[in-house]
Amino acid sequence: MLQTEQLEYAYPAEEGKTPRLALGGVDLNIEKGSFVVVLGHNGSGKSTLAKHFNAVLLPTGGKVWVEGMDTADEALLLEIRRRVGMVFQNPDNQIVANVVEEDVAFAPENLGVPPEEIRRRVDEALAVVGMEKFVRHAPHLLSGGQKQRVAIAGVIAMEPECIVLDEATAMLDPMGREEVLSTAHRLNREKGITVILITHHMNEAEEADRVIVMNDGQVAMDGSPQEVFCQVEKLRALGLTVPDTVELLYELRQSGWDVPLDALTVEACADAVAAAMK
Amino acid sequence: MEPILRVEHLTHTYGSGTPFERSAVQDLSFQVEAGEFLGVIGHTGSGKSTLIQHLNGLLRPTSGHIYLDGTDIWAKPKEIRQVRFQVGLVFQYPEYQLFEETVYRDIAFGPTNMGLTPEQVDRAVREAAAFAGLSEELLDKSPFELSGGQKRRVAIAGVIAMDPKVLILDEPTAGLDPEGRERLLANIRAYHQAKGNTILLVSHSMDEIARNVDRILVLKDAHVLMSGTPREVFARAEELESAGLDVPQVTRIARALRDRGLAIDPAVYTTEELTAALLALKKGGSAVC
Ligand SMILES: Nc1ncnc2c1ncn2[C@@H]1O[C@H](COP(=O)(O)OP(=O)(O)O)[C@@H](O)[C@H]1O
Ligand SMILES: Nc1ncnc2c1ncn2[C@@H]1O[C@H](COP(=O)(O)OP(=O)(O)O)[C@@H](O)[C@H]1O
Ligand SMILES: [Mg+2]
Ligand SMILES: [Mg+2]
Repeated sequence: MLQTEQLEYAYPAEEGKTPRLALGGVDLNIEKGSFVVVLGHNGSGKSTLAKHFNAVLLPTGGKVWVEGMDTADEALLLEIRRRVGMVFQNPDNQIVANVVEEDVAFAPENLGVPPEEIRRRVDEALAVVGMEKFVRHAPHLLSGGQKQRVAIAGVIAMEPECIVLDEATAMLDPMGREEVLSTAHRLNREKGITVILITHHMNEAEEADRVIVMNDGQVAMDGSPQEVFCQVEKLRALGLTVPDTVELLYELRQSGWDVPLDALTVEACADAVAAAMK
Repeated sequence: MEPILRVEHLTHTYGSGTPFERSAVQDLSFQVEAGEFLGVIGHTGSGKSTLIQHLNGLLRPTSGHIYLDGTDIWAKPKEIRQVRFQVGLVFQYPEYQLFEETVYRDIAFGPTNMGLTPEQVDRAVREAAAFAGLSEELLDKSPFELSGGQKRRVAIAGVIAMDPKVLILDEPTAGLDPEGRERLLANIRAYHQAKGNTILLVSHSMDEIARNVDRILVLKDAHVLMSGTPREVFARAEELESAGLDVPQVTRIARALRDRGLAIDPAVYTTEELTAALLALKKGGSAVC
């Protein structure tokens, strides 16, 4: 779905200063239909990377392909943007209309989709995010989680093949976070949409197919959640916490217990501890 | 001893007399002891921000009273400014409220307004910057050159510089990464230890609250759902979950272990505690109850 080759990016530097690389040679191949979580401390390059996936930024070195289309090819820009949708952190900055359905219709209207087709897409998109009851509501009166689901519906109405959520859950409370996370998983499962979820919440990575950890503009770790989270020391060195499940298992191992480190979920962790107790 | 803050039957109704009338807090009563580190938690819309804006007189109760050191803060409405100096409030996303040309002047704004001498202001600014984890060389920069996390620290320093008796922080870690969150909380803890003053930390993250506070006040739909030590509160995990709140992952592991027959206190909430409990259980040999 997405491919990068020695991707480099430097933001334009102030006069007299040498530009610093925000991305320093990233090679990634993200499979169609996968659910990928991207972690990394602030400034590690996550957003810069994400913006390359729908050609908001173009590489200053290396290449990015979206379904084989080179993002540097201006003629393909619309095709690329249609395929990869983005949802950002602040729910209030993403709302453009005074009524939910108009908000969702905004992007397809801009793409010139015919009205009856828009109607179908809007209804379907709102149903997918579980917001069909709010068609005629005013978006600014919704909760944060609901606003983010409307923003996701707006992206889905473009019928993209990939959705990038850049810290879309960061400003939400646990309920709102759960709403957005389960919506993303449902889109992935039921519609086969590739999901790239950038987050600070380690537990949102539990059910991902793949976890990528960014550090200083580079991919520092890449693997299944189990593979990544069991590297406790390395994660800590990168300024990240590990889930409490793994931390507990790690501490028990330090005390000589024979428990695996990759029991990520609460249930798996409790099973592992109970087994070691016998 | 008189508690530093006493809230009695506080109700606040927005939009009174309009079709949108609603009570954001309703008949709240609780108190905060001097020197206490209190966590205030609740789902979005539960009334946290509305509540704390009453504690320094930014909002006036529709009914009920707030006593600071035993005195009703609205006894003399003209002196409400004095209350704002004693009860310092850091808003949610305060980085959007910086307005001065330099970090130094932004932090100096409060103490200058309080009528301190320039020397006193200077001392207050430098001390507050250090507590907030800002290095000296940042003081001459424009706030707009700083990162989001640094800006937030500037806003916090601006309130600390007034040396308030009570410091209230409304979701200070929202949107920060885990390391940034932990560093900021460490600064707040260190400030609390050095000054011994009262702190109210508003959050919707139970994990964060659990690790930092002496006592937790849980709000749900404009009411107090419960209050107590973290241990007392987490012992009621099901109620918390039904109020839309996270129970710390460690508490959930402890509960899952109990379900599997292990005699573990279901209210533990740190990995250290749970590790210790498990090691003790295994050593004792009576693993299964
Ligand atoms: N608009 C910009 N102009 C200049 N530098 C930027 C800009 N946006 C980000 N950067 C820099 O690029 C690096 C990576 O930032 P970013 O991709 O936003 O990281 P993350 O999303 O992981 O927090 C950081 O050093 C950051 O300061
Ligand atoms: N200025 C206001 N006008 C009208 N309603 C408000 C205002 N501020 C908050 N509310 C409402 O009061 C309730 C409590 O909000 P708030 O105190 O901000 O809760 P919290 O900080 O826990 O999220 C919510 O239903 C919110 O919509
Ligand atoms: Mg970012
Ligand atoms: Mg609030």
